[in-house]
Amino acid sequence: MSRQPPRRGLAERAAEFAREWSVPRQLRGADHRREAAEAAISRTLRPRLEEADRVGTSICPYCAVGCAQLIYARDGRPIHVEGDPRSPVNQGTLCPKGAATFGLMTSPMRLDRCLHRVPGATAWREVTLDWAMDRIAHLVRRTRDETFVKDLPDGTPLNHTLGIASMGGATLDNEENYLIKKLFSGGLGMVFVENQARV
Amino acid sequence: MPQWDLANSDCVLVMGSNMAENHPIAFRFVLQAKARGATIIHADPRFTRTSAMADIYAPIRAGTDVAFLGGIIRHVLEHDLWFREWAIPYTNIATILGEDYRDAEDGDGLFSGWQEESRKYSPESWQYEGVTMPSALAESYVDTEGFCEATKRLHEGPPPRDPTLQHPRCVYQVMKRHFARYTPEMVERVTGCPREVFLKVCEALARNSGRERTTAICYAVGWNHHSTGVQIIRSGAILQALLGNVGRPGGGMLALRGHTSIQGSTDIPTLYDMLPGYLPQPHAFKPHSTLESYLDAETSPTGWWRNFPKYAVSLLRAWYGEAAAPENGWGFDWVPRIVGDHSQLPLTVAMRNRIIRGLFVMGQNPVVGSSNSLLVQRGLADLDWMVVRDFAETDTASFWRDGHLVRSGGMRPEDIRTEVFLMPAALSGEKAGSFTNTHRLLQWHDKVVPPPGDSRSEHWFVYHLGRRLKDLYAASEREEDRAIRALTWEYPVDDEGEPDAEAILQEINGYTWPDRTLLPDFEALKEDGSTACGCWIYSGVFPKPGENRSRARRPDGPEGPGTHLGWGFAWPSNRRTLNNRASADPEGRPWSERKRLVWWDEAKQEWASPDQIDFPKDKRPDYEPDWSRKPAGMDAISGRQPFIMIPDGVAGLFVPSGLKDGPLPAHYEPVESPVANPLYGQSISPAAKRWEHADNPVHGTGDPRWPHVLTTFRLTEHHSGGTPTRLVPTTAELQPEGFAEIPTELARALGIRSTDWVVISTPRGAIETRALVTDRLRPWRLDGRMVHQIALPWHFGWVGYATGDVANVLTAVVGDPNTGMHENKALTCALRPGRLRRAGGAGVAREAR
Ligand code: SF4
Repeated sequence: MSRQPPRRGLAERAAEFAREWSVPRQLRGADHRREAAEAAISRTLRPRLEEADRVGTSICPYCAVGCAQLIYARDGRPIHVEGDPRSPVNQGTLCPKGAATFGLMTSPMRLDRCLHRVPGATAWREVTLDWAMDRIAHLVRRTRDETFVKDLPDGTPLNHTLGIASMGGATLDNEENYLIKKLFSGGLGMVFVENQARV
Repeated sequence: MPQWDLANSDCVLVMGSNMAENHPIAFRFVLQAKARGATIIHADPRFTRTSAMADIYAPIRAGTDVAFLGGIIRHVLEHDLWFREWAIPYTNIATILGEDYRDAEDGDGLFSGWQEESRKYSPESWQYEGVTMPSALAESYVDTEGFCEATKRLHEGPPPRDPTLQHPRCVYQVMKRHFARYTPEMVERVTGCPREVFLKVCEALARNSGRERTTAICYAVGWNHHSTGVQIIRSGAILQALLGNVGRPGGGMLALRGHTSIQGSTDIPTLYDMLPGYLPQPHAFKPHSTLESYLDAETSPTGWWRNFPKYAVSLLRAWYGEAAAPENGWGFDWVPRIVGDHSQLPLTVAMRNRIIRGLFVMGQNPVVGSSNSLLVQRGLADLDWMVVRDFAETDTASFWRDGHLVRSGGMRPEDIRTEVFLMPAALSGEKAGSFTNTHRLLQWHDKVVPPPGDSRSEHWFVYHLGRRLKDLYAASEREEDRAIRALTWEYPVDDEGEPDAEAILQEINGYTWPDRTLLPDFEALKEDGSTACGCWIYSGVFPKPGENRSRARRPDGPEGPGTHLGWGFAWPSNRRTLNNRASADPEGRPWSERKRLVWWDEAKQEWASPDQIDFPKDKRPDYEPDWSRKPAGMDAISGRQPFIMIPDGVAGLFVPSGLKDGPLPAHYEPVESPVANPLYGQSISPAAKRWEHADNPVHGTGDPRWPHVLTTFRLTEHHSGGTPTRLVPTTAELQPEGFAEIPTELARALGIRSTDWVVISTPRGAIETRALVTDRLRPWRLDGRMVHQIALPWHFGWVGYATGDVANVLTAVVGDPNTGMHENKALTCALRPGRLRRAGGAGVAREAR
């Protein structure tokens, strides 16, 4: 976290510069990587992670290498994400994508409300989660009932609908994929169920 | 193979992958191997950071991988550099084929069995002498005359072999003839790779294989995304099996997969053709009309897949619970039948043809990621409704406002009748669950913070959608609604209504029915309805209450064996290296001390290893089936046959069943290629999947209007369809806009300098982007003319901080016959300096939203 030093006059700043300048200290024999490098401001800084009231284990949401992460949070919000040093996969490291996980969770472009676009509309409108869920369930039932085929003319069973499709899954949890396959395929008879495995 | 095992390799061939940039953290293990003296090879059309770190860089023309690998296979056979003691017992190299087989050499690129009317192969003539082999794939059934009866012959004895390799129809002799023309000169002519460089690659691979040494191959979608993708991977597998680099430390094939849980979503497939655990989705035109016929057709007589009925019945019990009973085939009728290919590419066409009317999109961005983006966008405009679930507005969600139809296609949002929902989704730290990584490792992630606002997990969404639909259908008495009514859908939920992910993982793991005692592993599964299991290969991940093994976080210490059995859970049964029986010789002794992994412990009468054994633990190496008793299942697999999932227990160099484009790899040109095939009269793969549609034109070989080769690639800083990085400030700043890599000679000829605007076009469409003039791509002289290659990163779209035109506007709906994967790594295009004239004035890429 950044802390701005208060504004001061020129003389005061010059004096402080002389006091803080590391070269004289190095000449006096201080280690240039340790004491000599210390400044007043660095003595007051504390690691951000100390502010966390919770840390949990996670896995990088980007690629399939599966780097382990630690998520630090305070008051129910993430404050930092880093590689888990225990992991034999990544040993604490992350690539530029994995290191962007905190930026992903806190992106200013993130959406937190349900949006709905009426056919032909030129803009979104906000709707409640409940309304969206009811409306989607209704549409699924209507489309399914209109397109369900029980069997072929020769009696071969089909029990399917070609009218509803689903895409996605490779970014989701195993348990989520399981529910999707179970409901969409096993419950509703959808066959166009696909994820990114082929793309 | 586990990624960390790459550190034990003596040689690593990276091909079809830019591993340093796209799987950077896994590439650390390649560099560790290098630091220990391993030879690193990169074969690729582009010189990348992976090439920069390699000892040998082999440049090849995009789409010529089979020619390159086929050349290595020929070299290894011709100079007797293969690992005989390993390959003769552990592969089908000595197996004798039937008399009807004709090789592509004799058919000018066509194997026997080609049927012109249906444009398909029949694999009847590819069988072993006197035996019909079931496929080792999800669908074991192959459509041949009397299949089920013919495969029963496997109970009577192993397929005929000639261990002296003299028989003219043994696989060794067939392969030698098949690859005879893949000489270094031919390799140079087809791939453009200089002969000396190619020979250096051959020598490095051969030198680093055998008893004492192992070589690994790492590949990614640079192999898959061709009309011959599966055969490219097969070529790599054949090479590894010849060299004995399978199931051994530092040896194997590592598929570097893209998304965090893409492996998990293949194992528990949100895919059309499979049920969880690689069981085939029933098919209307196969003998799948009843459970009995399905089990009969799909159960392999020999090998591990003999257990198939246990897995299928336990899945049905998990899905349909009480309603599943022997009288109704455990609910098998309710499982929907497929009638053809319903994968990603035909799905796109089906939207456009108004077969599909409603669409869910959960964490995917098909407008950017799917081939032929204009066709996709028109398809979305043809839908009645679409539900997009993501963490932000995606290009797909906003196609009706900002897409190409509106910007340059003359449509107005008012004309687009699709009802669209955009629902905020939770990310991994905001929900609990497991991901399966690229080496089959299940790793749990915790819920650390709540998701913002109305964001919810997909657990929540699918669970509550299911609840509502069960309510809507509760009163129905129609037969077609039985499945949704019968579906078991009871999961404990928390105060926010979030279902307990561990309860779902327990169902996946399996339990006894009806008292729900968790199962220790899949060996406990039964076919009598007394067990329920959502995905048999994951069984063992949750063996007891409170023991979620995907959450285990106990790595080996520095002195440990390095298999890390206490970190996560690898399916099946926590085995880290598959087929690891092959790391010991037929007698059960390690091939060498240096490459020790599994061995037979005579005192304990069992196999020993720091890994879990991928073989029956107490099966003696000298066990031989008693053929007089017609053994079935694992009883028919000897103690010397490590490949237990394959009906005859050995690796298939030649594949008699299961492939749709030939039993051996042959070089075919990409569907859109600048040149004709130098090897065969059959220029492109005859079986390549094509979908005729007015919106999907494809041109023929050597069309002068599209003279340059085009390939696509990915950047370190962006992820696939781009949503999770183009919308994040740091990654967007690192790679802020789209571009195309253009070779210096071509740029000079056309007067293009770096940062200039250029227009790239194909028969599907045109895009504009900035030029990055570079020597990373080299031109080839092919049959007397110069061919240039252009490379495009494909992550970009109009949403986010980092934008650019959509590369997939250029690509075609054309794909591999086995997987339906698109051919986006090798096509052809035209290039000119300048910009597109678009209705909105400036190009899409630079327009502010
Ligand atoms: S940190 Fe990078 S290499 Fe590791 S899983 Fe994430 S995206 Fe993949």
